[in-house]
Amino acid sequence: MIPAPVKHKFFTPGVFILIILALNGLAFLAVRFVSGIGAVTNLDNVTPWGLWIGVDVAAGVALAAGGFTSAALGHVMHREEYHVIVRPALLTAMLGYTFVAFGVFVDIGRFYYIWHPLIMWNGNSALFEVGICVMIYLTVLYIEFMPIVTERFIGRVNLPDFISFLNKPIDRALRYIDSRLSITMFIFIIAGVVLSTLHQSSLGTLMVIAGQKMHPLWQTPILPLLFLLSAIAVGFPMVIFESLFASRSFKMKPEMHVLSKLGGMIAPIIGIYLAFKIGDMFIRETFKYITLFDTPSIMFIAEMGLLVIAFVMFISNRVTHSPLGLFIASALVIAGVLLNRINNFIVAYNPYYNPVKYIPSFGEISVTVGCIALLVLVYRVVVMIFPVISQDKEDIIKKI
Amino acid sequence: MKNLNRRDFFKSAAAGVSMVTIGAASVKGADKRLSEDRVGVLVDTDVCVGCRHCEWACKTAHDLPTADLDNYSDKAVFKEYRRPDAGALTVVNEFDNEKNPALPVHLKIQCMHCERPACVSACIVGAFAKREDGSVVWDSDKCIGCRYCMVACPFQIPTYDYDKAIQPMIRKCDFCSDRRDKGQLPACVSICPNEALVFGKRVDLIQIAKSRIKRKSDVYVNHIYGENEVGGTSWMYIASKNFDKLKMPPLALNPAPGISETIQHGIFAYFVPPVTLYALLGLMMWVTKRRKSEKNEKLQENNEEKGVKS
Repeated sequence: MIPAPVKHKFFTPGVFILIILALNGLAFLAVRFVSGIGAVTNLDNVTPWGLWIGVDVAAGVALAAGGFTSAALGHVMHREEYHVIVRPALLTAMLGYTFVAFGVFVDIGRFYYIWHPLIMWNGNSALFEVGICVMIYLTVLYIEFMPIVTERFIGRVNLPDFISFLNKPIDRALRYIDSRLSITMFIFIIAGVVLSTLHQSSLGTLMVIAGQKMHPLWQTPILPLLFLLSAIAVGFPMVIFESLFASRSFKMKPEMHVLSKLGGMIAPIIGIYLAFKIGDMFIRETFKYITLFDTPSIMFIAEMGLLVIAFVMFISNRVTHSPLGLFIASALVIAGVLLNRINNFIVAYNPYYNPVKYIPSFGEISVTVGCIALLVLVYRVVVMIFPVISQDKEDIIKKI
Repeated sequence: MKNLNRRDFFKSAAAGVSMVTIGAASVKGADKRLSEDRVGVLVDTDVCVGCRHCEWACKTAHDLPTADLDNYSDKAVFKEYRRPDAGALTVVNEFDNEKNPALPVHLKIQCMHCERPACVSACIVGAFAKREDGSVVWDSDKCIGCRYCMVACPFQIPTYDYDKAIQPMIRKCDFCSDRRDKGQLPACVSICPNEALVFGKRVDLIQIAKSRIKRKSDVYVNHIYGENEVGGTSWMYIASKNFDKLKMPPLALNPAPGISETIQHGIFAYFVPPVTLYALLGLMMWVTKRRKSEKNEKLQENNEEKGVKS
């Protein structure tokens, strides 16, 4: 098993659907940049944050957690057998965080001032911490991806004739970068893990300052811990989900020997998260809100239900050894954490004066869906150019 | 009491989890940089007649479009409850008065200028500042338009230009800091014909409020809204009605930034926790790598032995 560019035709019916969704999102984005946030979203002075912050940013960061959890497993703990998942997870994190940054760029009113936090600091602000950490981590992710670029192009730089004289200097530069990075990479790998634990938890601190405006089912001082644990819990399921999805889409054999072992680690992590979540509920006596069966209570039950079912599934050996079982259980964890972020940032936010409950507009949903579609398309392009996904040697030769 | 203890216990437990060592004490109590003579306004809703001249004066002082002052006598606007927005930094609302139906209660809303403002704590670039004199001001040159101040504010005061693609503004009452720098009173205070708005030192205003409540204890509810809410505010209210009936949010007494700063400083605490984590991961990486290479060497040796035997 070695990583190699995937040989497969790019355009399929699914890809065309993704392109249409992406274009639809881009059309609404154009309106946002011409006429302001109000022209596309249902946001107002009562609800300043909506779908874009809840899903594109908060859920995006959580679902990209596979990058640091698999780096910790593969590189920090040196578990060689998991190396096949490190590259796909790294690519997911890199693209995921790129789109998180893009989501922030879209959502902030003065997008052209996005660099301000670099020089204007407020150490008391959880958002400042998240912003700075995400900026540095995004840079680290691009550095971590560099060896994949050098591996692809060293000795293979072949520019068109009129600039072919650049072939040699670029090749030399790539070799230099490669030799430097191979010595210093451990610094970036550890930094990536530390930065992730910091901002994954600070993302939870964000809503603490909303105080009484947030529903008591979610407002708790241990929000940062819950956010960190749920991010760790969703890391491997995301890697498994993607790996199975990619092997199906590219007609390759799923890497079950690795994925099953990975699946075996998930139940304890979800268990720890659920223990804190349920313990917190009893300590703050918020279980009384669950039986109200209003929107927050139903959303809370849904969020918890998804994770409890996934927890039970991941305990079973039969599930972790069947591709379908793994796929469903992983999808449930992803859905549960996604719903948790939506709940924390949108459903739970219920200020004292709130005449019209916020529901995302068609334009907002279009932009979010468009961004996800674009991300999947870029992922597809990258794995077809760069050696990211590991494949059997025979498979590679056969396809060539 | 039991509940409170439990909550306190929980707070400290949470603090322990997030590795709090330093910073817990810095959140409580008013900022030391604040002047003892910091100012505020006491809104006496029993004196206010709802003329809305303050709305006009505010718009005029802040160059916001406004109708002529004569048009403000129209009482029809009171039919709907209004909030400050991008075009009005303060609004007056009318509420029924059960004790005396002929004299409805009027309540002006604007930024409360908190003693411990959540917006100042939350702002990603520090665009909000609490001035020594008590006012909370916003700096347009820094603001990136993220609207986290609006999420943080317990009074839901900052507003945003949702219709502007370029240079949208966060707007809220700035306590007429420009006018006051020139020695003038805030526009709303100076125009108020009935002295329903009393401008003065915050400590004095509390005494005035207390004496008014005492003198007319049959009229006023014994509650100075803003004296202790979210750690105290510069603007305070007295009224003949419970404040939740006047749509003022019932708020806890701990400072608005709450424990978010405690958590934040706990996670960082002079960068000790992140650096420790970095060191631990580095150590783990080194140990596992050595173990792995030892294993590889052994494997190699075994293979060589086997090779010799065969």
